Amino acid sequence: MPLLEVKDLHVGFPSHGRILEVVRGVSFTLEPGEALGLVGESGSGKSQTALSILRLLKPPGRILSGSVRFEGVELTQLDDRAMSALRGAGLSMVFQDAMASLNPAFTIGTQITDAIRAHRPVTRSTARDLAVDALTRVGIREAGSRLAQYPHQFSGGMRQRALIAMAIACRPRLLVADEPTTALDVTVQAQIVRLLAELRQELGLALLFITHNLDLMAQICDRALVMYGGLVLEEAPVAALFATPHQPYTAALMGCVPRLSDVPGQLGVIEGAPPIAGRMGPGCPFEPRCSQRIDRCVTERPPERRDGDRRVTCWVAA
Amino acid sequence: MRPLLKLDGVGKTYRLDDRLLTRMTRRTRSLAAVSGVDLVLRRGDVLGVVGESGCGKSTLARMILGMETPSAGRIHFDGQDITALSGTALIPIRKRMQMVFQDPGGSLNPRKTVRRVLTESLGLAGVPSQERAGAAISLLERVGLNATQLDRYPHELSGGQRQRVAIARALAMKPDLIVADEPVSALDVSLQAQIIRLLMRLRDELGLTLIFISHDLALVHHLCSEVIVMQAGRIVERGAPSDVLHRPTHAYTKLLLDAVPRVDVLARP
Repeated sequence: MPLLEVKDLHVGFPSHGRILEVVRGVSFTLEPGEALGLVGESGSGKSQTALSILRLLKPPGRILSGSVRFEGVELTQLDDRAMSALRGAGLSMVFQDAMASLNPAFTIGTQITDAIRAHRPVTRSTARDLAVDALTRVGIREAGSRLAQYPHQFSGGMRQRALIAMAIACRPRLLVADEPTTALDVTVQAQIVRLLAELRQELGLALLFITHNLDLMAQICDRALVMYGGLVLEEAPVAALFATPHQPYTAALMGCVPRLSDVPGQLGVIEGAPPIAGRMGPGCPFEPRCSQRIDRCVTERPPERRDGDRRVTCWVAA
Repeated sequence: MRPLLKLDGVGKTYRLDDRLLTRMTRRTRSLAAVSGVDLVLRRGDVLGVVGESGCGKSTLARMILGMETPSAGRIHFDGQDITALSGTALIPIRKRMQMVFQDPGGSLNPRKTVRRVLTESLGLAGVPSQERAGAAISLLERVGLNATQLDRYPHELSGGQRQRVAIARALAMKPDLIVADEPVSALDVSLQAQIIRLLMRLRDELGLTLIFISHDLALVHHLCSEVIVMQAGRIVERGAPSDVLHRPTHAYTKLLLDAVPRVDVLARP
């Protein structure tokens, strides 16, 4: 049984009497201990997909239809109390902006022990020991004395570590990380990615890694989903995706990532701008920017075609 | 040829705890945000400034633009010492330098249409009022937009379009120097590539002199003719991007480069 199974997920926001669909039928599975990358630009629906899994969508946004099963349990039907109990204990999430995720008025220690005590019937002092363990595990030295400090006394990288410590303190099986390194310097980013890889090894944690950075995703994930305009346009094992991208969007996106190995001045480009929810045509969302477009791409939504461990949503790609 | 910009031993030290009592007791601590920076920029140079947050790259830019006064060293712009200039004396110099910021949403006035943003700048640049409308359109076309965007407000534009307008506004002044502080780091990958391509084109067409501040080494490699690497306020390495980024000599540059995610190692079966 897969750890997580998302089937035909639709997510929308009501706006001016109609519903803007931002996730338009997303399906994927995640096995225990696996690392899956969810790659896309802003507006692709990647973050809304992640938030839906944890039922953390900001109202009035809501799941319109589809199924999210975690260890066989249908999360979309779960009552709020059961969902709260599962969040943190079974699956948990870290966000881009660690400062906004932490409460500036409480010490790091209070925030981690509160999270632990919300899920486990332990005494304050046991919770404190568990918090020290969690902080030590994420590479924070002298964790015991760090507990008494406030978020502003931590550096950006340390705050992200503390947030990860809080997320793993109750030993969840799945960690959803939404752009966890985007606000960080490149050296700190490398440290956090290394940390996530270690935690996966040590704790057997499965990872859903959401990012706009293809190259970063490739450092840590086994498999990747490429999202655009609320759809999964391509799914493949990471090495195969980089070796032979099938969907024109994947190929174009890879071409416009600047790399040190490029010939200076030769940088690929995708003309136009990412689509806006509610203003997309009936066809493929990438069609207006696609260099390989045929007539059918404009009028008809391409089907998802599976071939072994690959999946491509495109009229043109074989 | 006289250099456009010349920095000699420029430094900026901020005093912490700068209160009367601590000053009287001489117990102020200080922080050297930038120290001992020597730099020469000729017309047409594109200088990349890289380093992590807190390395002093933005403070350096602010001193060049006269937004901060250096606490050490001299800055010459086109032969004139501008180190201590302030107020009205700075205005004619400022018109010759423009800045493009990271967040175009924050640097464009939300109440002004693109037309107004550009015509105001053109007015300041001394373009007669009857010529401004036409000039605004040619500016837009230069940055890859067109007249249909003239009456839009910033919120009606995408992030990439807003950054194009910010660049058009900078170009309106026909500046000798543009300082761009992380101009693409808030943009999506596909839009980032568009803006970098635009800057490359402007560099080639207009012979733009540009200081490009970035934490992304791969972008610098595409755009710049020279790069400096800053750490803790000092330049630790400088040279042509092909040398600095492919044959780094300083340990910090190596550390930065090692942290960049690489996919060439993915070529496994």
